[in-house]
Amino acid sequence: MRADIFDGGFADPVFTSQAVFRAVMDASARPGTIADLGDVAQAPAPVPAATAAILLTLADFDTPVWFEGADSTAASQWLSFHTGAVTTPDAAAASFAVLEEGSDASTWSQFAQGTADYPDRSATLLLPLAGLEGGRSLTLSGPGIEGRAVIAPRGLPEDFIEVMQANRSCYPLGFDVVLVCGTQALALPRTVRIEV
Amino acid sequence: MTLPAYNFAYLDEQTKRMIRRAILKAIAIPGYQVPFASREMPMPYGWGTGGVQVTASILGPDDVLKVIDQGADDTTNAVSIRAFFAKTAGVATTTRTAGATVIQTRHRIPETPLKAGQILVYQVPIPEPLRFLEPRETETRVMHGLEEYGLIQVKLYEDIARHGHIATTYAYPVKIEGRYVMDPSPIPKFDNPKMRNSPALQLFGAGREKRIYALPPFTEVVSLDFEDHPFSVQRFSQPCALCNATGVYLDEVVTDDRGGRMFVCSDTDHCETRQADGHRGPGLPQTQQEDAA
Repeated sequence: MRADIFDGGFADPVFTSQAVFRAVMDASARPGTIADLGDVAQAPAPVPAATAAILLTLADFDTPVWFEGADSTAASQWLSFHTGAVTTPDAAAASFAVLEEGSDASTWSQFAQGTADYPDRSATLLLPLAGLEGGRSLTLSGPGIEGRAVIAPRGLPEDFIEVMQANRSCYPLGFDVVLVCGTQALALPRTVRIEV
Repeated sequence: MTLPAYNFAYLDEQTKRMIRRAILKAIAIPGYQVPFASREMPMPYGWGTGGVQVTASILGPDDVLKVIDQGADDTTNAVSIRAFFAKTAGVATTTRTAGATVIQTRHRIPETPLKAGQILVYQVPIPEPLRFLEPRETETRVMHGLEEYGLIQVKLYEDIARHGHIATTYAYPVKIEGRYVMDPSPIPKFDNPKMRNSPALQLFGAGREKRIYALPPFTEVVSLDFEDHPFSVQRFSQPCALCNATGVYLDEVVTDDRGGRMFVCSDTDHCETRQADGHRGPGLPQTQQEDAA
């Protein structure tokens, strides 16, 4: 067991998790805005700081977490030590999915998208990117956005736009996505319409 | 060293996490009622246990909290909840709408337009708009799933058949982004237009019924109606007796036992601000100057 799984938790859990939650809530309520969650948590590589902060804030024994990639043992142990959350091998059972950079978006249909009765029983995907700015411009519209918003994330998966459009077409079913890079996060709830 | 008897803002961290997850899903599905594990609070159901749990989960030490009850900052419910958070979270409180970051409300939306960055938390008694039409939760859930809202249009039609107009005046059902029909909590329908495209985030908490729902900013909110009976809000024939405001929601106050009455702003902050700015209504003693004018 690596020593770094015991480090990197919130120094002040009550107030830091509140601050991170408010930043994530504001980002979800205003899709397209980039929230800086601060350098408050460090998980073992390759999990970015923003993903670590979101997991520490929202994950616990009620929320199975799914990790993408083979090299997730340390991250999984880190999560279990700090939050008590269980890592699940079953993608469909996950509340949170910790994806890898360059994740294959065409496989995301395996995640829970809720049911007609309970559309909230759906996964939140945490997708790390090379950058949240400086890429190809995408236009967003939908609840939380006054008119239109433009984002330009770098390093999106190949089928990302098609997959997100398909996700939107299933509304109110669907998964919600948070793009992360370093300490930054950009939320794309299922209501958002993405156009090139 | 003595440890505090309870956590910041009263709720324990696991409860806050559970509520925070519900809030995020509620924002992702505007108007849909997310079930949550509502806790017992140190106040009775009906006093805003849902709103209090939402407020406790979002509140931070830098927030400035305002609490209103039917528009008033000085009624029992508002004073109690404000004191509750001043004590358990040590947050600053205010009665000024413009100065608050979090506003918990029972049955009104402030007259002062809300700004981006503000959060309005509604106390909700019965979150299910279909409940009085269909008592079974299993059925209303299917009706929402199938977008089967004919029954609520029939209810509004029955109003017209019986009274000649839509007689629903509060908790007036709204449709969110063309999908979910939502109960806006028992706000007067006068306030319904303020929900639409508001720059503020609106969160709804129902403690006894264990539901949280949300309206992100700039969300389409349409009050249900008919082409030949369009939605309209209450109009008042006179201004506020204290601050002379028009176009605001007024409360009727009985002043004696001989039929005397006056109409005053329901939003006390709005009324007091206007009076401080020099506006005087017909219910106040008139000054010489104004008599001359």
